[in-house]
Amino acid sequence: MIVTSKDFDKAVVMSIEEERLDAHNSNELKSQLMNLFEEGKSNIVIDLQHVRFIDSSGLGALVSGFKNAGSREGNVKLCGLQKQVKSMFELTRLHRVFEIFPSEEEALASF
Amino acid sequence: MKNLLEVDIKVPNQTKYLRLIGQIGEDVAGALQKFNDSDPEELAYHINLVLTEAMANAIKHANKNDPNKDVHISINLTDDQLWIRVYDQGQGFDISSADMQTPDPELDHGRGVFLIRSLMDSVKYRRCKKGNVLEMYKSLRTSCDNHSVE
Repeated sequence: MIVTSKDFDKAVVMSIEEERLDAHNSNELKSQLMNLFEEGKSNIVIDLQHVRFIDSSGLGALVSGFKNAGSREGNVKLCGLQKQVKSMFELTRLHRVFEIFPSEEEALASF
Repeated sequence: MKNLLEVDIKVPNQTKYLRLIGQIGEDVAGALQKFNDSDPEELAYHINLVLTEAMANAIKHANKNDPNKDVHISINLTDDQLWIRVYDQGQGFDISSADMQTPDPELDHGRGVFLIRSLMDSVKYRRCKKGNVLEMYKSLRTSCDNHSVE
């Protein structure tokens, strides 16, 4: 899985450079998030602008990260959701769990 | 009822093939556009998702990630029906516990069957010759059609 991370004052922006987030690569996302938590970084913005497709495993990996961040008094926020990806969050009611922003800048400003 | 398209494919029991099967689903959605007035992008996504979820369940839960097993997928499209059947070679898994209720948003698993049930009209899981089949059906009749669906 190709992921790039940028450190900012208040949070880390993790950009997922993949078109699909599914049962094939979702465990890798969980590990990448765990690496950040172990480095003491628990405020994270996940940029999904390149993700065209997400399945239940991908959603599950994001929820797992969200819960882990919460237990460390941090937060995982999302930005850049494509239309169909956003509709999956709505169908599963996860849009009520995550704070979702149009852009990275707006997500960062919310911390 | 005219048979428009039939796809039969057997893939190794590995998640790296999810992308391939999902893409085939999107291509099938392309063939559907002539008969359905729904949003093409949305329909392609839904068929991709249903196939991805069903195949991931077969790989992980039924075939227990055994690399020596296969998943057999059959897609059958008529002018007013879409049938997707995903055959595994395992002991099966319980889909009855996953009902139509929205899964607890705080859980990091258990949304796959819910998504399939939300997007298809009927979902059945039954034993067959060499294992089990997850049989999913969607009516393609538009709201203007006045005949009933079996």
